[in-house]
Amino acid sequence: MMSTAGRGLVLDENLLFEKSQPGRVGYSIASLDVPDVTPDNSLLREEIADFPELSEVDVVRHYTRLSTWNYGVDSGFYPLGSCTMKYNPKVNEAAARFPGFTDIHPQTPEALNQGALELMYNLQHDLEEVSGFPAMTLQPAAGAQGEFTGMLMIRAWHEANGQQRHKVIIPDTAHGTNPASAALCGYEVITVASDGVLSQEAVAAVMDDDVAALMVTNPNTLGLFEADVRAICDLVHERGGLVYADGANLNALMGISRPGDIGIDVMHFNLHKTFSTPHGGGGPGSGPVGVVEKLEPFLPAPVVTKDAEGYKLEYDRPESIGRLKSFYGHFSILVRAYSYILSMGGEGLRRATELAVLNANYIRARLEGEYELPNKQRSLHEVVFSEDGLQNDCHTLDVAKRLIDYGYHPPTIYFPLVVHGALMIEPTETESKQMIDEFCDALLAIAEEAKSAPELLKQAPVRAKVKRLDEATAARKPILRWPQES
Amino acid sequence: MSFPEELKYTEDHEWVLIEDDVVTIGITDFAQEQLGDIVFVELPEVGDSLETGKSFGVVESVKAVSDVYAPVSGEVVEINEELPDDPEVLNNSPYDDGWMIKLKLADSASLDELMDVSAYQEFVEKD
Repeated sequence: MMSTAGRGLVLDENLLFEKSQPGRVGYSIASLDVPDVTPDNSLLREEIADFPELSEVDVVRHYTRLSTWNYGVDSGFYPLGSCTMKYNPKVNEAAARFPGFTDIHPQTPEALNQGALELMYNLQHDLEEVSGFPAMTLQPAAGAQGEFTGMLMIRAWHEANGQQRHKVIIPDTAHGTNPASAALCGYEVITVASDGVLSQEAVAAVMDDDVAALMVTNPNTLGLFEADVRAICDLVHERGGLVYADGANLNALMGISRPGDIGIDVMHFNLHKTFSTPHGGGGPGSGPVGVVEKLEPFLPAPVVTKDAEGYKLEYDRPESIGRLKSFYGHFSILVRAYSYILSMGGEGLRRATELAVLNANYIRARLEGEYELPNKQRSLHEVVFSEDGLQNDCHTLDVAKRLIDYGYHPPTIYFPLVVHGALMIEPTETESKQMIDEFCDALLAIAEEAKSAPELLKQAPVRAKVKRLDEATAARKPILRWPQES
Repeated sequence: MSFPEELKYTEDHEWVLIEDDVVTIGITDFAQEQLGDIVFVELPEVGDSLETGKSFGVVESVKAVSDVYAPVSGEVVEINEELPDDPEVLNNSPYDDGWMIKLKLADSASLDELMDVSAYQEFVEKD
């Protein structure tokens, strides 16, 4: 169990509105030394209701206290399946804070931004080497926008070939954003059931000349490698379709298998997963997209190129799908990812993958037997258990809540939907054997509690700042404004 | 879990009440229990045409978001307007107050595909 001792100074905190005192201010501002101007009436609000009045220290303490309730990968183990919550090395932060990067403006002339452009060019090249794709855009803001970018390019390619296709095939083990991305691009989504992994027969049964693409997540959301992916790509290509890969789980392949070599046509990266840039509330994300040669003309403009005079932003791309993001994507995130790649090196990236897979399989080996494993195929970087083995009407939610009492952030639960009461654990390469053993001890103790003292699970968490939350009421009747409407 | 005798059922865990050429559609007790606390419901509009097997609405619980599929083709003649404001009714009364839509049947032949209560019970046990 993680030490959760010394909680006497975990402080409660009210809303700023509740702390407000009439007339209290942070600063006294010097009187105006320029002529008074009254704004036009149409620009003035009649009243600002209950605007909080606070001193500086009130505000500082408010946010500092809230920050102490936070939990992140710098606090402890964060086994959130499908999210690759790996540690973000501080050297990335140091690199992103170099004045040469922080003090430039995106509209600075190219000749004065050569360092930044060189970094983007080199990062494109490195991601191409990792993925096996010959061309790349760094523009998309995060994974789902990467999917959208990829699907727009697929549509543009079909249209350039004089074809209007209407359907996209997506297996039930794909990431949840895939159907939304396909639908946003105007496609009808055809869902195919998989038996853990996708079969050629299942794809063949729905593949026809109206299918624009297959979107596949590899390894899939069960943490399983799509072993038939090459044959499935052939099958889709034979009917004139393309194959999109969701690269969210690249942490299981990096340095070992290249999607561009096995028939995939388009793939997005999640730099905030695989390449150690901040994830979640600490983001923003970054979702570069790699493509095969025939899709290169459709990449969003501009792309970074290099000629005898130096690095350039190339805008003259008549077949481009256009711009997806202001300027050049989340540049400072690109710096962090490049820093990670350079500090790891090719061997290091491969080693990270090996350890991520080893860690997940070690967890599987320790928990299998106590927790039900619905898919017996070999796991890669994450492992998904079901709630079927839990005793005394205990459910996945209860296990997740009880883990909080043991000092761990819960894993992803109830996803993927194909597993009954899914408990989806992804340790990443970050964690040591000691940490993983402690975590597994906690989960085994919880399985034991489910047998002997199920109320401990039902009431959990009891050691956290707040007890079991009423999620249904929070979603049905959220309080979204102050003062609370009566 | 209860499954009323007079209803027909689908593999997507919807129930269908047939009254002449109008059918009432909702989700089963099994479906609401699997979903858990339902927090959001999206329904089609009166006048929409539905096609067998296509999604006509969305049910979201604290666990998951699910599409609801039209068991038969037809035109929407009435929707349960209370549901979007009180989604918990789907949990508390799936067969009565929790009905979702009424359809005017386009083709009564598609009713033959539906399961009766014993076939559905068997299906749920296998599932």
